[in-house]
Amino acid sequence: MTLDKATVARIATLARIKVPEDEREALARELDAILGWVEQLNEIDTADVPPMASVGHMTLPLRDDVVTEGDRADDILKNAPAAARGFFTVPKVVE
Amino acid sequence: MSGGLTDLTLAAARQGLKRREFSAVELTEAHISAVERVRPLNAFVTETPESALAAARESDARLARGEARPLEGLPIAIKDLFCTEGIRTTAGSRILDGFKPPYESTVTANLWAAGAVGLGKLNMDEFAMGSSNITSHFGPVVSPWQAKGGSNRQFVPGGSSGGSAAVVSARVALAATGTDTGGSIRQPASFCGIVGFKPTYGRCSRWGIVAFASSLDQAGPMTRNVADAAAMLGVMAGHDPKDSTSAPLPVPDFEAALTGDVRGLRVGIPREYRVDNMPPEIDRLWELGIEWLRDAGAEPVEISLPLTRYALPTYYIIAPAEASANLARYDGVRFGLRVPGATLDEMYENTRAAGFGAEVKRRVLIGTYVLSAGYYDAYYIKAQRVRTLIARDFDRAFERVDVILTPTTPSAAFAIGEKLDDPLAMYLNDVFTVPASLAGLPAISVPAGLSEDGLPLGLHLIGRAFDEETVLRAAGVLETAAAFTARPSL
Amino acid sequence: MASLIEGRTGSWEVVIGLEVHAQVVSKAKLFSGAATDFGGEPNAQVSPVDAGFPGMLPVLNRFCVEQAVKTGLGLGAQVNLTSVFDRKNYFYADLPNGYQISQFSQPIVGKGTVRIDLADGSSREIGITRLHLETDAGKSLHDQHPSLSYIDLNRAGVALMEIVSEPDLRSGEEAGAYLRKLRSILRYLGTCDGNMEEGSLRCDANVSVRRPGEGLGTRCEIKNVNSVKFAMQAIEYEARRQIEVIEDGGTIRQETRLFDSGRGVTRAMRTKEEAHDYRYFPDPDLLPLTLDPAWVDRIRTAMPELPDAKKARFIEVYGLGAIEADILVAEREVAHYFEAVAEGRDKRLAGNWVTGELFAMLNRQGLDVTRSPVSPDALGELLDRIADGTISGKIAKDVFAEMAETGARPDAIIAAKGLRQVSDIGAIEQAVDAVIAANADKVAEYRSGKDKLFGFFVGQVMKATQGKANPGVVNELLKAKLAG
Ligand SMILES: [Mg+2]
Ligand SMILES: [Zn+2]
Repeated sequence: MTLDKATVARIATLARIKVPEDEREALARELDAILGWVEQLNEIDTADVPPMASVGHMTLPLRDDVVTEGDRADDILKNAPAAARGFFTVPKVVE
Repeated sequence: MSGGLTDLTLAAARQGLKRREFSAVELTEAHISAVERVRPLNAFVTETPESALAAARESDARLARGEARPLEGLPIAIKDLFCTEGIRTTAGSRILDGFKPPYESTVTANLWAAGAVGLGKLNMDEFAMGSSNITSHFGPVVSPWQAKGGSNRQFVPGGSSGGSAAVVSARVALAATGTDTGGSIRQPASFCGIVGFKPTYGRCSRWGIVAFASSLDQAGPMTRNVADAAAMLGVMAGHDPKDSTSAPLPVPDFEAALTGDVRGLRVGIPREYRVDNMPPEIDRLWELGIEWLRDAGAEPVEISLPLTRYALPTYYIIAPAEASANLARYDGVRFGLRVPGATLDEMYENTRAAGFGAEVKRRVLIGTYVLSAGYYDAYYIKAQRVRTLIARDFDRAFERVDVILTPTTPSAAFAIGEKLDDPLAMYLNDVFTVPASLAGLPAISVPAGLSEDGLPLGLHLIGRAFDEETVLRAAGVLETAAAFTARPSL
Repeated sequence: MASLIEGRTGSWEVVIGLEVHAQVVSKAKLFSGAATDFGGEPNAQVSPVDAGFPGMLPVLNRFCVEQAVKTGLGLGAQVNLTSVFDRKNYFYADLPNGYQISQFSQPIVGKGTVRIDLADGSSREIGITRLHLETDAGKSLHDQHPSLSYIDLNRAGVALMEIVSEPDLRSGEEAGAYLRKLRSILRYLGTCDGNMEEGSLRCDANVSVRRPGEGLGTRCEIKNVNSVKFAMQAIEYEARRQIEVIEDGGTIRQETRLFDSGRGVTRAMRTKEEAHDYRYFPDPDLLPLTLDPAWVDRIRTAMPELPDAKKARFIEVYGLGAIEADILVAEREVAHYFEAVAEGRDKRLAGNWVTGELFAMLNRQGLDVTRSPVSPDALGELLDRIADGTISGKIAKDVFAEMAETGARPDAIIAAKGLRQVSDIGAIEQAVDAVIAANADKVAEYRSGKDKLFGFFVGQVMKATQGKANPGVVNELLKAKLAG
């Protein structure tokens, strides 16, 4: 098994999803099965093949340096679960 | 049926409005009744009858003034992945609880600007992750189709655009928008006996569509026939400077592409699509499709797409990887659900644990893993290399053929409750649709027949990048030959 | 030049690499059309793109790319015609998307160099590893509420250039010189305003110590030091701390530390140091950035003269010394001012006046050179009056003080106050004769060899003429008459 319980705990922390201890084992088995299945890609020789950067053969478009947006703090804040005095608020962070 | 108004095609309804056979308000009212009637299907997350009627009244005024726009007064419905200004947008997830976007997606804005009337927002798999519509936080969508023989088994409409497929098939909306990342337009279209068209990546703007996998997501129309798909796509598509991956190309007259003439068209038949355990009825339908096109003067050509069977595992690395980053913004700070926690990190973990369903969590975790230190090259970069090879396979094939014909799905719809315990079995639904997604190519599903159980089956055409016209032309010929007239029982 | 630190057990070498985040001068953000102005109402300069709203997409600002290219060229660096924007994934309250858009494996600018100028007049080349474009995060305010942090996203999405140096710096002094030089180059180019107080230029320092000649030691990263002085202090403190730890038999733990400017110490960050795993991958919302070589060449040909070139020219053409040249070229505006004053005049005199009287006056008034009450033209006029003998250098200082206070032109002040220097030989000769006649004893002493008395006679003549006598004429006449 390449993806074990401890790995589930580690990636769940990276992804900030709480996974209770008693669910990790089952989840590890599920994820490990998916990984085992995708590993069939190793059968393909990809030496000298560049990773795909984009499907279109386009170049990145660029915008002019012009201010076109802003002054809509109410719109930006109105969906917030918590806000005060024009700020979003979160549990206090200690640095 | 309310006077058959909900039974019209988009084109016929447009004619009827123009000839004053009925008004836009009448047409909309008929559809609003249908929306109410099919509530047991659970296809809508949000119904918007008032704004629909207001739009219909404006359409009537315009029609009276002779200022009709391309989709004037035509009732359609929107997959709940498109952000709609001031109207709750959920992506089928609890985590967007209460979210009302302060902006309108480019595609829906195009539709409203063309006079379309919005009936509401459609249920879907959570964040478009699924092929069954059972992963929605708002419960599964029930297919309007039932199997022969009178058993009361309920079937899935497919997914993730399951609500879209269900309402178009059940004559509740004249058309609907869908989005397709690995097959999410084409597979439910096939399951529900309608047309579903995923255009070339870059043809429709992604701006304002809740992102699942940015390099794959593409919006498209879901309609009851090919001509309607052409009409809808013509309005949905177009270059959008707000989307860096939107193609700076003019939108062709897609409706004009439906000439019915495929003489001399070379149709590729990829031998690798004859997968193990393919039900004979799928094989037979495919053979039938080849014959229909040959009879119409096209030339079937056997081709090889050697990496076909590697497309799904490639997809299940790339899509979750992109999703793991795209879904990081759902953190309980600026919108949607927040579940309190003593610290910021606890708040994040509680919110995301409660807000995401099992399939979304699974994919976010897989995506996190394949991008993490030590695994990035082995999984993510490897998959992107294979993706290059898959796209090259198509490039090579399109040197010899103009369009590729395959089945849309390896089976007809399955019953609600089946395949739940095995994510991998579920993933196999997209085995025929994913390769074109990885290569960014346009592909359509056309209803072509019924399974032995009496459930719809679709045929699938893949075209060259930005050659939607050839795909539509061939699809039109398939549609005529198939003469699919079956309708859902509901 | 090796500046070693003596510990209890021998000498140590400090190895420093700096990561500088320079805010790009632009009107709009890197990927959205929201404004970049400093100090707006909270969340008023935020587009849904910056706030990471669902379905929002980035579109790259062309001018920010141009600014990065210009900066790369200014650092003598290689400009990469293809670069890639990556997502750097981590969760933080002021990082709306849950990722920063940055450039990881393919930055827009590669290797370059910065020449630093040290206090003794010597110079040293410091390697630049890379420069890449990335988005700034928002701002967290932790002191507004007992249990909450407040989040303002006005800065979120503002373009930054992260400029990474090689670990080539060997002391706090060198680090300071590097930061000053970099700031100077950025300001010359107009690509960053260099304002450290407002956070437009932020510095993280990677510091380690080792025995001379040995391999690199474990480094600590000191975050967000917001002035050159603090950077130097933080590095000096951190180096001594590490030496002490090692000499006490301990080992250095790789960690992130914060500089406490009040106490002059660094301390480990309190947030738990979970293993960072940023999961960089190319942002699928953006395609690789490709630059047209002709466009890069156009930027190259339009580059202004930079501090090093200007310094060399000032030394060669104007005959200035290295240290004086350093002072004059540090700010483009000062260099402009100086050149305007020096044009057609005595360069050394101009240099002395700019670095002397002008700087002292600006310092006192708390002004920068662009807001000087004395224009280059006015100062030039003053120098002309010294040169043509209208006033002496000493009187000129009084006139300058008056100019700084009232903004009046030197000629007007000289005329109004009757400061015109007396160069009329007859009048001065009279005064000289009177002084000689009144001091016969001193004249005798002088003539018997007491040369030092010459200054006394000059002073007496100047006193008699209220300082207005032309000192050159006074000298000449005195010498002749005293020689008898
Ligand atoms: Mg850094
Ligand atoms: Zn940075």
